[in-house]
Amino acid sequence: MMQISRRNAMFMGAGAALAFGLPLRATAQDIEAITAFTGGADMADSGVTLTAPEIAENGNTVPIEVSADGAAEIMVLALGNPTPNVATFKFGPLAASQAASTRIRLAGTQDVVAIAKMEDGSFAKASSTVKVTIGGCGG
Amino acid sequence: MAKGVKPRVKVPKSAAAGEAITIKTLISHKMESGQRKDDDGNTIPRSIINRFTCDFNGQNVIDVKMEPAISTNPYFEFEALVPEAGEFTFTWYDDDGSVYDTAKKISIG
Repeated sequence: MMQISRRNAMFMGAGAALAFGLPLRATAQDIEAITAFTGGADMADSGVTLTAPEIAENGNTVPIEVSADGAAEIMVLALGNPTPNVATFKFGPLAASQAASTRIRLAGTQDVVAIAKMEDGSFAKASSTVKVTIGGCGG
Repeated sequence: MAKGVKPRVKVPKSAAAGEAITIKTLISHKMESGQRKDDDGNTIPRSIINRFTCDFNGQNVIDVKMEPAISTNPYFEFEALVPEAGEFTFTWYDDDGSVYDTAKKISIG
């Protein structure tokens, strides 16, 4: 039988807190921001790719990349930030691909969401959880 | 106009007609989010760049609406089609009404 030492017990406790405790929850404000963009339309689960790090040491500058073939617009939201909106990319006729990279601020561990509005008027969504060690909102 | 704002863009000097090229842009700006407080506990007012656009010979490539969650010194990387020789124009719009712009020529060959 495995002995549980004091040290092991502490590690297990810390792991549990990471797994269950931290993610900031979506709020009514987030849902409002999404509805303002989609008009409440259903969102497909595929068609848009969001690339974000699993763990960000510094929430002040988290690199992300969004891409969605055939998208007219892509909106990025950080559901745990004081204001969920991050950016909206609109692609013009000379965009070679419907993709862009930037760097964003995250207040803490949370879900980052990308919603693409396709040229045919449908919507697609992707999300990714980013663990943040140091938050990026100051104060 | 906010101080020390300097746009920087990276565009290849030439491309084949119809080629897709990668463009990188960076502009130095504090992007004060409106969430931070100063030493006396007063909220520092929001002061950010709220829009960025890139056009080629008058046709739009990308138009980004930016919120306070964009990091200090906003960086964007994206791809553009080059149908002919011409000029890319890049424009940033500040909350305070300032407009920063820069342009880069590209040739075919």
